Amino acid sequence: MINKVVNNIEEALQGIESNMTFMVGGFGLSGIPENCIAALSKKEIFELTCVSNNAGVDAFGLGLLLQRKQIKKMISSYVGENAEFERQMLSGELEVDLIPQGSLAERCRAGGAGIPAFFTPAGYGTEVAEGKEVREYNGKPHILESALTADFAFVKAWKGDTAGNLIYKGTARNFNPLMAMAGNITVAEVEELVPAGKLDPNQIHTPGIFVQRVFQGEKYEKRIEQRTVRKRE
Amino acid sequence: MALDKNQIAQRIAQELEHNTYVNLGIGIPTLVANYIPKGIDIEFQSENGVLGMGPFPFEGEEDPDMINAGKQTITTMPGAALFDSATSFAMIRGQHVQLTVLGAMEVSENGDIANWKIPGKMVKGMGGAMDLVASADNIIVAMMHTNRAGESKILKQCTLPITGVNCIKKVVTNLAVLEVTKEGFKLLERAPSVSVEEIIAATQAKLVIEGNIPEMQL
Repeated sequence: MINKVVNNIEEALQGIESNMTFMVGGFGLSGIPENCIAALSKKEIFELTCVSNNAGVDAFGLGLLLQRKQIKKMISSYVGENAEFERQMLSGELEVDLIPQGSLAERCRAGGAGIPAFFTPAGYGTEVAEGKEVREYNGKPHILESALTADFAFVKAWKGDTAGNLIYKGTARNFNPLMAMAGNITVAEVEELVPAGKLDPNQIHTPGIFVQRVFQGEKYEKRIEQRTVRKRE
Repeated sequence: MALDKNQIAQRIAQELEHNTYVNLGIGIPTLVANYIPKGIDIEFQSENGVLGMGPFPFEGEEDPDMINAGKQTITTMPGAALFDSATSFAMIRGQHVQLTVLGAMEVSENGDIANWKIPGKMVKGMGGAMDLVASADNIIVAMMHTNRAGESKILKQCTLPITGVNCIKKVVTNLAVLEVTKEGFKLLERAPSVSVEEIIAATQAKLVIEGNIPEMQL
């Protein structure tokens, strides 16, 4: 077994510097690497390029890095829940590349899978297609999208083992397995870290080969963005 | 009388086919799940990674690890499945999801839809909408016929940045059911007590009107 465990969050973040590109898993606030984001927001690193489906909310998740203006460019599909983000984007302080969600997911997957680019119908005829090669397949136009990789990928799993194998829970899986594949250094924070051999190999979502560092997060707030319930009858 | 949002959802629910997979967008489309006709089995897909989405949880049973694409807490039905975002969009792009219902700011007579951006005002991103409209076999749009200023949202050509070209099949509004055809929007049904003339007056696009137009049955 190759041991991927790091002793603390400082070790987990070692090597990240200003001007780097990093990926952050999660959809909304579900499945975000809370501990890594909080630690990044305390570091003196700036001019970062961040690949993440969303941009957190004002005082939580990636909102923490935006407040300190650590991010120069966001690559996302939907950024609607964050007023500071909107302000920085409209004032031109923050560069934003908006990408269709399926293309974003596939670009991360492709980056990790050694596929430099692919054709997709999503975005054809829209401003997303500007400057991109168009090719027709089966009578339908497609646009060329390139793979995404990153210096660091920060992902969050429910359970992990010392070999870096990961299991996600519920819809907190989302972008995490794809970004885990696309990171040059993938840091996985987990709710529960167990010795290798304790997880059923049949149940592994992310094989440990994609993970360079794993640690158990100190605490998880797991905020809910839209609490919707129904009445008991 | 013009329909309210729930009645638009109720009318769209009549389009649901037995044993199909359906993706519902945010807003009026979400309400469609409340009106599934008896005897029709549907599995709802949410693009953040769940198939077999169920109703909202009971109070106290909300799970931060179980949400839909609108970031609302949800439950799952027996037989549900969970997956990553790439697999989710493989279902969508690969046309395994049979029907997409989504809202729009504007639609045009060649089947274009605009629903993601108002330049200088609202720039939140397209989320999964561009992937959905580019690939779905059947797309039904749920929307109000006119905007708050009373201007038609059913246009010859979209004025806002578009989400997809030549893709929508049907539009259900508070006034009418319209089908996208080569000749223009074909008026299929009108809301109860709404006249054809009222629909013409509220529509900027070309309307194809043949014979008597029946009222919607709700």
